Amino acid sequence: MIIRKLTILSAIISLFTVSAATAGTLDTVKGQGFFNCGVSQGVPGFSNPDSDGNWSGIDVDVCRAVSAAIFGTPDNVKYVPLTAKERFTALQSGEIDVLSRNTTWTLSRDAQIGLEFAGVNFYDGQGFMVRSDSGITSAMELDGASVCTNLGTTTELNMADFFRANGMSYEPVVFEKADEVVNAYDEGRCDTYTTDKSGLAAQRTKLADPDAHVVLPETISKEPLGPVVREGDGDWADIVRWSLNAMIEAEEFGLDKGSASSTCATTGNPVVARLCGKEGGNGAALNLGDSWSFDIISQVGNYGDIYEANVGASTPVGLARAGSPNASYKNGGVLYAPPAR
Amino acid sequence: MNTEIKDNIEVTKPPIASIGIIGWLRKNLFSSLSNTILTLLGIYLLYSIIPSFISWAFIDASFVGSTKQECSKEGACWIFIKENLKLIFYGLYPSEELWRINSMYFVLLVCGIYILIPNLKYKGLVGSFLLILFPILSVVMFSGGFGLETVETRLWGGLFLTLVIAGVGIVLSLPIGVMLALGRRSKLPVVSLLSTIFIEIWRGVPLITVLFMASNMFPLFMPEGVNFDKLIRALIGVMFFSAAYLAEVVRGGLQAMPKGQYEAAQSMGLSYWRMMALVILPQSLKMVIPAIIGSFIAIFKDTTLVLVIGLFDFLGIIQFVGTNPDWLGFSHEGYVFAAVIFWIFCFGMSRYSQNLEKKLDTGR
Repeated sequence: MIIRKLTILSAIISLFTVSAATAGTLDTVKGQGFFNCGVSQGVPGFSNPDSDGNWSGIDVDVCRAVSAAIFGTPDNVKYVPLTAKERFTALQSGEIDVLSRNTTWTLSRDAQIGLEFAGVNFYDGQGFMVRSDSGITSAMELDGASVCTNLGTTTELNMADFFRANGMSYEPVVFEKADEVVNAYDEGRCDTYTTDKSGLAAQRTKLADPDAHVVLPETISKEPLGPVVREGDGDWADIVRWSLNAMIEAEEFGLDKGSASSTCATTGNPVVARLCGKEGGNGAALNLGDSWSFDIISQVGNYGDIYEANVGASTPVGLARAGSPNASYKNGGVLYAPPAR
Repeated sequence: MNTEIKDNIEVTKPPIASIGIIGWLRKNLFSSLSNTILTLLGIYLLYSIIPSFISWAFIDASFVGSTKQECSKEGACWIFIKENLKLIFYGLYPSEELWRINSMYFVLLVCGIYILIPNLKYKGLVGSFLLILFPILSVVMFSGGFGLETVETRLWGGLFLTLVIAGVGIVLSLPIGVMLALGRRSKLPVVSLLSTIFIEIWRGVPLITVLFMASNMFPLFMPEGVNFDKLIRALIGVMFFSAAYLAEVVRGGLQAMPKGQYEAAQSMGLSYWRMMALVILPQSLKMVIPAIIGSFIAIFKDTTLVLVIGLFDFLGIIQFVGTNPDWLGFSHEGYVFAAVIFWIFCFGMSRYSQNLEKKLDTGR
């Protein structure tokens, strides 16, 4: 009797595991009509609320692009705000299907905890901000400076590495929350403020006189931020990866949100025709409709569109793209997508 | 004889330095050198804080407008709060469904006022409606079903979410706490041991750890694809946590009861449950009202910890709206607003507790 019960129990358990293993994420997502996208609890320009309470930001647009690729509309996404600590658990446990939460791609994350990075949507890196009247123009002149930063982050470790590698001394002034760090810097309790450059740009707008401060040119760490998916579901990873690549390639070939329809109608360029879904069979290869990339570009935009709308120089975040790694490889950046063919 | 003496003595007024404002000041603020120094220090502190706060919060503040650019740099920008009020109060709850929350607020308000007005009929009926039917109705109204559109809990937020968590925590933790307290004092060894273990485990762990376990560890124990709602996980955590604290408060009340009350009840032939329900608990709960309300206030404030598991409670949503690129740099206004609203709720609870004590006449 007990043995029989145990057999039934194990059968039920194996049923669970088998069904979870065989049903690919794409089939599940198509079946339920939406997917879950893990985002931050608010990082300006990356994932934040707009005035109507809708999610916006460059990380959010990656999820919108994936939704457009699968469903033909960018709105079939449910956003799940996650803390930095719970983001990977949420992905592993299946609570979310894509993690697009300014997550740095590192070897240990990619290799150890069963995650797969699907690309890079923003090249960030740690920098320094100083007062313009201090006369400092390079991070190499910061010997002996007091540095405001956040407690217990990689920022603090990168800073220690940087000063040690260059044989300089410094005095750390650490705080728990970003708001405290900015206030301390603004009140002159330290000479310089260090965090990721995207963060520096956003925090600068909070200062009493933003124009009296400059971000130094040096970038002391590599922080490639990108979407993450569960390891072991290659088809799903392909969709996320190529949704991002399609946006990057669309920009390279001049296909943008506003003109996508008219350009696609008249184009003779085979690369553009493939992105428009008129030839090439890219959709079938990804188990998507032929218009998947056209839907992304016409409804979400190309990479340049989403960059300028969320973090570009004309937004309050104000990160100039020219000269940064986020520029296209043709303009001296490192943004380079493999060909979508 | 007596009257003559009285007549002879002229009634003089007390010295001017010991009556009126001057007398009060001398007696209470400047009675000794150290008190004088402390008073002057206090006045200086108030002088350096209050005027600058008032000019920041009111005089230099901006109230009219709808964008960041209309705010003055010197004072508070209350436009930030005004423009984001819907998010702050309701979170990401869909705008067209807000009537559902508002109508439940209205029902709660009407019932609450009805109960607070003395000498009305059917109070018991309204009370049991609030305790039994209202929660069920709320679940349907807030989350959907029966023809209403489903609103997932990930869209709940703001003050609404804070009230939901605090309300569930407060309403459910009291009965559980009472049962645990009775269990711990039970003569049945297994019941007593289990209650003690339960109480000590939940009391021995910080709430933040409980929430972390609920949001980060718990999903890994479940089969893949099986997800419990994050809010429900947090609610269970908050509920058990405060139940464990309340259990000890109630146990304190039980222990303060004279043995004679137990013996009297037993000698009347009452069963254990009737004895507890009719004689012991009404008296002992009355004694610990201040401590119980204290626990409730603590629960209310502890709800802000759900921020660490990615739920946007009242405080969390204020930080969240502050990350909108159009509204960067108004964290001070947000925190001050949050403090005021929290104070109003906690002070309200505190006053209600004092009112209750007076009515039940426990201060004898």
